Amino acid sequence: MSKIHVTTTVNGDETEFLCDPRETLLDCLRNQLDLTGAKEGCGTGDCGACSVTMDGTLVCSCLVLGVEAQGKTIETIEGMAAGGELHPLQRQFIEHAALQCGICTPGILVAAKNLLETNPDPTETEIRYWLAGNLCRCTGYDKIVRAVQAAAAEMRETA
Amino acid sequence: MPKDELKAGYKLIGTRPNRPDGLDKVTGRARYGADFSVPNMLWAAVVRSPHAHAKILKIDASKALALPGVKAVVTRADLPTGLSGEDLNLQDNTLAGDVALYDGHAVAAVAATSALIAQDAARLIEVEYEVLPHVIDVDDAMRMDAPVVQEGAADHTVPEGSPPNVARCLDFGHGDVEAGFAEADLVMENTYRTEATHQGYIEPHACVGQLGEDGKGEMWVCTQGHWYIRRMSAAVLGIEAAQLRVTPSEIGGGFGGKTTIFSEPIALALSRKAGGRPVKLVMSRAEVLRATGPTASASMDVKIGMKKDGTMTAASAVFRMQGGAFVGMSPVGEALSCAFACYNIPAIHHEGYEVLANRPKAAAYRAPGSPMAAFAVESLVDEMCRALGLDPIEVRLKNGAREGTKASYGPKYKQIGLVETLEAARAHPNYQVKLGPNQGRGVASGFWFNHGGETSVSVALGEDGTVTVSIGTPDIGGLRASVGLMTAETYGIPYEDVRVNVVETGALGVNEPTHGSRATFANGKALVEAANQTIKEMCKRAAKKWGIEPEAVEWADGAARPAGDNAGKFPPMTIGEIAAGMGASGGPIAGHHEVTMGGAGASFGTHVVDVEVDPETGRTTILRYLVVQDAGRAIHPAYVEGQYQGGAAQGIGWALNEEYVYGKDGRLQNPVFLDYRVPVASDLPMIDTVIVEVPNPGHPYGVRGVGETGITPPLPAVANAVAAATGARIRHLPLSPPKVLAAMKASRDG
Repeated sequence: MSKIHVTTTVNGDETEFLCDPRETLLDCLRNQLDLTGAKEGCGTGDCGACSVTMDGTLVCSCLVLGVEAQGKTIETIEGMAAGGELHPLQRQFIEHAALQCGICTPGILVAAKNLLETNPDPTETEIRYWLAGNLCRCTGYDKIVRAVQAAAAEMRETA
Repeated sequence: MPKDELKAGYKLIGTRPNRPDGLDKVTGRARYGADFSVPNMLWAAVVRSPHAHAKILKIDASKALALPGVKAVVTRADLPTGLSGEDLNLQDNTLAGDVALYDGHAVAAVAATSALIAQDAARLIEVEYEVLPHVIDVDDAMRMDAPVVQEGAADHTVPEGSPPNVARCLDFGHGDVEAGFAEADLVMENTYRTEATHQGYIEPHACVGQLGEDGKGEMWVCTQGHWYIRRMSAAVLGIEAAQLRVTPSEIGGGFGGKTTIFSEPIALALSRKAGGRPVKLVMSRAEVLRATGPTASASMDVKIGMKKDGTMTAASAVFRMQGGAFVGMSPVGEALSCAFACYNIPAIHHEGYEVLANRPKAAAYRAPGSPMAAFAVESLVDEMCRALGLDPIEVRLKNGAREGTKASYGPKYKQIGLVETLEAARAHPNYQVKLGPNQGRGVASGFWFNHGGETSVSVALGEDGTVTVSIGTPDIGGLRASVGLMTAETYGIPYEDVRVNVVETGALGVNEPTHGSRATFANGKALVEAANQTIKEMCKRAAKKWGIEPEAVEWADGAARPAGDNAGKFPPMTIGEIAAGMGASGGPIAGHHEVTMGGAGASFGTHVVDVEVDPETGRTTILRYLVVQDAGRAIHPAYVEGQYQGGAAQGIGWALNEEYVYGKDGRLQNPVFLDYRVPVASDLPMIDTVIVEVPNPGHPYGVRGVGETGITPPLPAVANAVAAATGARIRHLPLSPPKVLAAMKASRDG
């Protein structure tokens, strides 16, 4: 089967790849572009480990086809630390011990950043429902929610 | 002992520095199993049985092999014959022999130049089956007329005339149980059931395997224990373990499920057949749920005798647990040993049956066996407390195991912390909160043995005076941080001056996996020994320079110092100074320690949960949750709390939602996370924790493992809370809304 040429912007860089029309955006990011920060935990959109944004919208990249990235702007975990400086969420996750194994962390960080961009002062309940599509099996979510709250507070202060 | 007093002597232990691997893990740089690739790599796909039990009549791979890009197909015929015991079980589970034993059992596999071609090729492999009768439920499997899962599975413990799927019988205890029951004011007996659950790690199993015709190979794999992977894979493939070098990736959760092999040898077998090209094999979520190692399902009878004041006089348990289609995987022995471990009861009788069923080969899951046992025993204790009008914490305090108690499973307890957890739970504000309508509170305690095991570590001084520690247990939840803290504390140097590396099988002696709550305990104990070798050597180097006896030098705060005024007056010689000159003063300085470690120290915890049950839907909401557990000493308290919270969340999932659902055809009906429903963020409140510290006398820093006990009390604690909220006692997990609704209705009508 012939492959399709896709031009897209990933973390600010204009990028091209060839993909099979059956390949997901997650497959393309990981296997064509070597961006392995997004993980496949389920392949069915249930776990959120593959979360990225496409034109600013939070998506499960396992449910998006690679060809759909044509002309779009993709942001992944690899682009989150701007110019080498950690995003407050990334820093707070480390400081709050909000990760144990760390496999869900990239997806949760991408999802939480997307939340704070639209809602800079979310309640605990809002955080919990926003992240309900991101499974973590290690932490029981307690420290994750606290880290998001701390990052939100820090970002409000510096805004 | 109050925590502050414990910490008084330490500079770093008990603090909460950032984990050393944190940066890699928040930036997406950390490499997990599926993130690893090598040049010239092929991709694998596995063909699995769609039947719960079927004879494999024929496998035809000709169409697959004709597909461009396909490089190899393997079946059982590509594996050596003549294995026995657990090696044969592992081989049978890797690729089915004559019979597929469960839905999802691997039958063949293919390697191709892309993942898509491999998947296409797998669909072209034609397998002809003769479907056989199957059995799924543990009580059905105990019937005399049940379909036989594996002929000749019974060992010497199984009496003649037993049901054909019983593989092992257990019988142990102490005291006169009948006399104990006669002495009681209340004797209650009930049957409890739990369903199979899965560890549910978010990272599916993944590896890259490479094996040449010369029998030399390499594997990069997500695993809790790469020496186990090496030994098991080598056995299955008939190669020498030493010729296989296994490097662990970062690991995306395991909880016991990554202590063994599933498809790792397939990647190696495909590689060998494809001329030594490396092969990447990544499981899908459905493959993980269908064909890795879930827990046992259990059917348990428990009987307890109690006096009016709550004193327990006798207890008995009969447990039936299926661990899938292979012998040795049912944790019935552990379950029985844990059942009454929290209590000092004069007479106990345990009876157990390991049963085979047409389900995947069970693996360890966090305190294997203990959560089921706790559900049965702690539910019954709660029922009896209610019947006698007694406070559940008081009854546990009255009967609770203490230092010197002879454990229900044999040995005498050393210093343990059960009573301290009960007292802390009773004193916690959560225990005083007034509850509203449809709300209820549940209490339960739990136990795990903890484990030491085979351990090998090394430490080496860098020329700049920093220390590199090599450990052989993957970091699954902050291990590098706890090892770094203990190392820095031992040397008296900054935490930042230590680098902890998880190294491959070629770099250390054998290590057991990160299992049994052992990693911080065992690595810590071994590294203190290894570090002390280097400290002794550094004192020797200083003594030589100063021209005094080595015995006249002591080590404190990262420097060698003369031991008292008689030794002579010299300024301290720091680790940095010694390291900078070590080439000239006698050579590199390194230490190592290898041991099969004892002294793990038993672990106890007590949980208190408040729930609200919606009377219209039967849905249970967790209002607040408290975990109190003895850590011995918390090296990095944030990661100790994390273990408590994570264990509680998994236990809540087991109690409320999670179960393997099989159809009449014996196929797993919920092999996706949408239907195998683990707790999500909106299901849970914050999880409160109290770290009790009763130091473990078997560890230089008092550490007890903390990984496993936390999953044990939630099953009964939640069930007890639901019973308190609804008046309906449910003795079969999970407490799914329809089940709770039906029980509430029955309770009202009854």
